[in-house]
Amino acid sequence: MRHFLDFEKPIADLEGKIEELKHLSGTGEMNIADEVGKLQAKVERQLRATYQKLTAWQKVQVARHSDRPHALDAIEHLIEDFQPLAGDRSFADDAAIVGGIGRFRGRSVMVIGTEKGATTEQRVRRSFGMARPEGYRKARRLMQMADRFALPILTFVDTAGAYPGIDAEARGQAEAIARSIETCLAVRVPVIATIIGEGGSGGAVALAVGNRVLMFEHAVYSVISPEGCASILWRSGEFTKDAAEALKMTAQDLERLGVIDAIVPEPLGGAHRNPKVALSSLGKAIGEALDDLAKRDGGQLRIERRDKFLAMGAAED
Amino acid sequence: MNWITNSVLPKIQALVRREVPDNLWHKCVACGQMIFHRDLEQNLHVCPECGHHLRIGPIERLKMVFDEGKYDTIQLPKPALDPLKFRDQKRYTDRLREAQTKTGRNDAMVVAHGTIGGVPAVAAVFDFGFMGGSMGTGVGDALVRAAKLAETQNAALLVFPSSGGARMQEGILSLMQMPRTVAAVDRIKERGLPFIVILTDPTTGGVTASFAMLGDIHLAEPGSIIGFAGQRVIQETIREQLPDGFQRAEYLLEHGMVDAVVHRKDLKATLGRILALLLRPRPTAQIVALPQPDVEIPGKAPATKDDGKSTNHVADTRTPAGESD
Repeated sequence: MRHFLDFEKPIADLEGKIEELKHLSGTGEMNIADEVGKLQAKVERQLRATYQKLTAWQKVQVARHSDRPHALDAIEHLIEDFQPLAGDRSFADDAAIVGGIGRFRGRSVMVIGTEKGATTEQRVRRSFGMARPEGYRKARRLMQMADRFALPILTFVDTAGAYPGIDAEARGQAEAIARSIETCLAVRVPVIATIIGEGGSGGAVALAVGNRVLMFEHAVYSVISPEGCASILWRSGEFTKDAAEALKMTAQDLERLGVIDAIVPEPLGGAHRNPKVALSSLGKAIGEALDDLAKRDGGQLRIERRDKFLAMGAAED
Repeated sequence: MNWITNSVLPKIQALVRREVPDNLWHKCVACGQMIFHRDLEQNLHVCPECGHHLRIGPIERLKMVFDEGKYDTIQLPKPALDPLKFRDQKRYTDRLREAQTKTGRNDAMVVAHGTIGGVPAVAAVFDFGFMGGSMGTGVGDALVRAAKLAETQNAALLVFPSSGGARMQEGILSLMQMPRTVAAVDRIKERGLPFIVILTDPTTGGVTASFAMLGDIHLAEPGSIIGFAGQRVIQETIREQLPDGFQRAEYLLEHGMVDAVVHRKDLKATLGRILALLLRPRPTAQIVALPQPDVEIPGKAPATKDDGKSTNHVADTRTPAGESD
């Protein structure tokens, strides 16, 4: 059963009709191929019209869609011989962050991602993709290991943000995030980060300081959730849509602001309608970025990455 | 509402206010004690009654830590104005201008250089009075410049955060100041210069989760709130009572996140000691020049080798590189 977002209602209605017709045709009462074809064309037109001009808030909903491919889907689709690696070697393994070594188009790589989980049980186990300090420390450990073995680092970011809790604070959430950023900047290997769904604040940037930062067409990336922003600046949750608009959090906005390097196209109707197509398109984008970065030496990669982030929002003299 | 409340009362109040300036007495936010302003200044804005460290502005801070209260501030660029054209209930440009008028600064950070205990240091101080000390591109610029200055002067970099975190009105660009500031302090560390963070009330959000937790040494003022997530957010997420003293400086000390909680009156001496230890690692001439017994102690390594080293030290009264000018 497909899950529809509220603004997808006309599409849901049309697809419902198609289903009905198909069901009827099964009984052999009439030839409905023509009718179904017409309806399907209509669905496509409708999808195109809707997805061409999604509002910021609609993009937030698409980015959080439960059928959207997650980090583990990306790993399954893009990485061969994947060997998961666990633990921060100090306290625990955080299931909100997954990682390991594997092969991307023949090349050994280190993969790190925030994972929201697909089922309710998994979501709870993975804290809905909100990592604790041990998660960021695991990420740091894996990045340092990648550095040692000259493995390019691919990250897949999909998180509402770092976990806000007593235990996380007690174990130094801020320090863990800061170290993760520091390590992203320090490594002498290519770092390619992709915001695949939700890029939520410090918990996202901790894994997104890349030589290349890619973003799915309908992903969002922001300093605070529109809900949080509305409650602080408007003092009311009613203004969530306004906040989403004001924050300029869509891939298109971020490309304009120079914060991301490329937008990865999604299939018509969003990645959740066809995860495989979406992930293939991601693989292509990562492949191109990697081919380009693989030509540079480690020192250059590091300096370029640092200079890129040092220039973010710099004033003109 | 009538003309008495509208026009007569304010006039009377204005008259009264002029005669008894209300800023002569300050109320301690912790214990409620009324403190005479001169007493408060003398006590470095620490409540004489309960020891609460009141928030202070960047100028008070700079006067307090540099030798003889002397320092030079550097000119900071005007930040890129409102890249997002952000508007909530108010325009961001209006909020920014208001804060600039109120504080007389371009943004929420002041950068100064001078000496502490004779050792050159650059200090970057947040101004909480400027939009809650929030970190946007202006603060990023200031910190990058502070780090460059420390680099060219071969000086230590000291940062005094007092900030609610990233500046929401600059959206993603404020988030990007996290890696930007981390990159800035990285260069200081690469040069072998000390990066010292003095956490003051409050240090939260994106500021804590970037450069502020990457110091070689973290000092904190007593009672300061230091953490990543806001307490309200945590409470709403976990629906539990927060422990006593949660996210206070002392809590962070206990949890291994800061090296020492330092009373404001001891701060300058502590910084002076740390900077001298880190940047003047060789013993001073006086200490090494103490008379040495001219006898060989049995069982000990030949004295000549040690003496050779000491001679070097005696001769070595130089200051760290770059300090001479």
